[in-house]
Amino acid sequence: MENTATLRMEQILKIFGPVTALKDVTFSARPGTVHALCGENGAGKSTLMKVLAGVHIPEQGKIYLDDQEVQFSNPGQAIDAGISMLYQELDLADHMTVYENVFLGREMMSSVPFVIDRVGMIRQTKELCDKYGFDIDPEAVISSLTTGQCQIVELLKAIMRQAKIIVMDEPTSSLSEGEAHRLFEIVNQLRTQGLTIIYISHRLEEVNMLADDISVLRDGQVVATGLASEMDIDVIVKHMVGRELKDFYPSRDVLIGDICFEADSLASEQGINDISFNVRRGEIVGMAGLVGAGRTEVANAIFGINPLIAGGIKLDGKELRIKRPADAIRQGIAYLTEDRKRSGLCTNLPCSWNMTMPNYERIGMKNLLQLRKEQQLCADFGSKVSVKWSHPDAPADSLSGGNQQKVLIGRWLMADSEFIIFDEPTRGIDVGAKKEVYSLLNELASQGKAILVISSELPELFGICDRILIMRRGHLVGDLATDQATPEQVMHLAAVEA
Amino acid sequence: MNKFTKQLLPFCSLIFIISLWTFLEPDTFLTTKNFMNVFSRSSINGIMAAAMTFVIITAGIDLSVGSMMAMCGMIGSVVMLGISGASWTDISGGSYVELGLGAMVIGSLASMLIGAICGFANGMLITQLKLAPFIVTLGAMSIFRGVAYLMNAGKPFSVSDYSWLDNGTFAGIPSTIVIMVIVFAIMGFILKYTRFGRYTYAIGSNPETAFHTGVNVKAVLITIYTIVGALVGLASMIATSRASTAQPTAGIALELDIIAAVIIGGCSPSGGRGTMIGTVIGTLLIQFLRNGLTLLGISTNVQLVAVGAIIILAVTADQIATRRQA
Repeated sequence: MENTATLRMEQILKIFGPVTALKDVTFSARPGTVHALCGENGAGKSTLMKVLAGVHIPEQGKIYLDDQEVQFSNPGQAIDAGISMLYQELDLADHMTVYENVFLGREMMSSVPFVIDRVGMIRQTKELCDKYGFDIDPEAVISSLTTGQCQIVELLKAIMRQAKIIVMDEPTSSLSEGEAHRLFEIVNQLRTQGLTIIYISHRLEEVNMLADDISVLRDGQVVATGLASEMDIDVIVKHMVGRELKDFYPSRDVLIGDICFEADSLASEQGINDISFNVRRGEIVGMAGLVGAGRTEVANAIFGINPLIAGGIKLDGKELRIKRPADAIRQGIAYLTEDRKRSGLCTNLPCSWNMTMPNYERIGMKNLLQLRKEQQLCADFGSKVSVKWSHPDAPADSLSGGNQQKVLIGRWLMADSEFIIFDEPTRGIDVGAKKEVYSLLNELASQGKAILVISSELPELFGICDRILIMRRGHLVGDLATDQATPEQVMHLAAVEA
Repeated sequence: MNKFTKQLLPFCSLIFIISLWTFLEPDTFLTTKNFMNVFSRSSINGIMAAAMTFVIITAGIDLSVGSMMAMCGMIGSVVMLGISGASWTDISGGSYVELGLGAMVIGSLASMLIGAICGFANGMLITQLKLAPFIVTLGAMSIFRGVAYLMNAGKPFSVSDYSWLDNGTFAGIPSTIVIMVIVFAIMGFILKYTRFGRYTYAIGSNPETAFHTGVNVKAVLITIYTIVGALVGLASMIATSRASTAQPTAGIALELDIIAAVIIGGCSPSGGRGTMIGTVIGTLLIQFLRNGLTLLGISTNVQLVAVGAIIILAVTADQIATRRQA
């Protein structure tokens, strides 16, 4: 048990301008355990971990490793002390190989001066992979790996750096079910080796299953900490939001109308085939499937991002021709993409601009803008979706994830689209905001819109949808009414070859 | 650090430079004549910088503007001379040719048209072949310069009557200043008050998002590079008029001054940020800096160093401001 350490952070105070991000936070983690950090977005989880990793320097407070005080003024020092952080966005050099990444900045040198020991590094990487049972080729290039494999490379990097404490920030957010399970096995293995894992996640089922200890943060303070066995999900949620969440999914009482959207044997070059389904007015239809099953690809095909190679789309019985997103938007189809930052928002631009971007024609500003009218309109739609911003012109990246999502919902509300596709609408947003998003979906449905929700969270689909479509390997393999289906049934269809 | 304070830094620098020169050279610097001179000299750079602002906001760059200017000037002049009935011997030999107003107007328009075509070609290569703007315009820079030299075997075309444009005034104000102000006003309006302007920002901020919200990214980019070309054509005619000749060596390294003016004015080279008023300030800042140094009798070589230093300072200040904001 050489590579172990007990971590203690005491009375950590961190202030950003007018915001106190962490107030006297005291946190400790035992070796050989998984300690989960829970909390809504903005509760201070990531800030606390960045203090630990030497990214942020706290105004006050002390950090102890095995009762020895340590001070980090940069991430390098934290790494040297045995603290490795796996960020949500992995930072690997894409064009380099696995072993090059594992040894990046710490290359082994051969006996010839200035020449690195390539063979030795490959061998050591291989040995580590064997030891932990990772199935990864040390000479593979990072860009050829899946997200799950990249995470393993990050772990290898941490292990190679003699990490005693590994922080994982939302490690499963972009993993498929299978990859996530493999990751849990690895986490278990690291725990047995005596390492400390600090695990940040929004997925409370995961936390419940994996953690030994749980700490809950709210508004920059630790509001609860204790053994995982003594905290069930309801208790954690209660601590996170500071209130009971009785009916997490709002009840629905909507009149379902005529067929609004119809897809007829869609196929695209992205590998989806023969996809036929319809969505009625007032109906919320879910789409389940594992990562890679082709759900987002269906949305891409409908929205004209990867145009169809076969099949047709009808809206209210009218055949649509969609070659690019502009065509889809004009004809009443909206798509909230799964990745807000990559394809949803122009993050440095004002929220108002982000909202009106696809809607100039609809709001009567075909070519010339009317700035005051635009701002008024955005303020109106902003309050409809109850977004919290300092001003409609605040840059989108100054908002929390949940509020960014509301800006996007506001955008498509303004577009007054008939058929709206939501791809992972609650990914990475906090519990309170999730509930608001569900209510907004309901409200849209009650206005007679047709809605398709793509989600990897089955409880969510069961909570809000009337029907669930199930995708597997580019094909639609199931179409079940929610009240007659079970999550097990859906999972079985999604995961098991027929 | 909000939009207002972002604009404040270049503005204060401009005020500082003007105050400094006023203090050092009160008699020659702070005169209407000198200020008119500075504004008039700004016109060539200003017109091109107005267009370059759009390019930089889309996170692109156009390195070809300097040599494109030389080529457009050469072609515009040849058109003028040809329409006026001069023989190739007279044109290439540099003899005096009388130019009619019609010929001068048509020549100027031809220059803008050629510029627009060249810009369109840049835009097509960038969007259709998905090449980096830096590479495409670097290549174009060399091609345009080469064509400019080839046209008259490295010699200029003489169009002495065309000084009409540079000498002309409008309501007592030099016509070149009037042209610059109009260009800045129109381009500033487009950037701020039209859908096209918004799309420009969106593409620079996140091209994928822009595409997903229905922006025809390629069409917008092609249009922007075409506008750059047309305005370079316009600027080339002012340069030709000012020298009374079209020089194949015109505008060497001018692209650096233009890009510098835009960057100093607060446009982010990584895209999505910048204003037209910033570019106006950036253009004037460089011009006033040069003017004062000239009045103080400091060589143009030193001026190069000074402008370079200012660019690095401006970008540094911008970076620090952005970092503090984050």
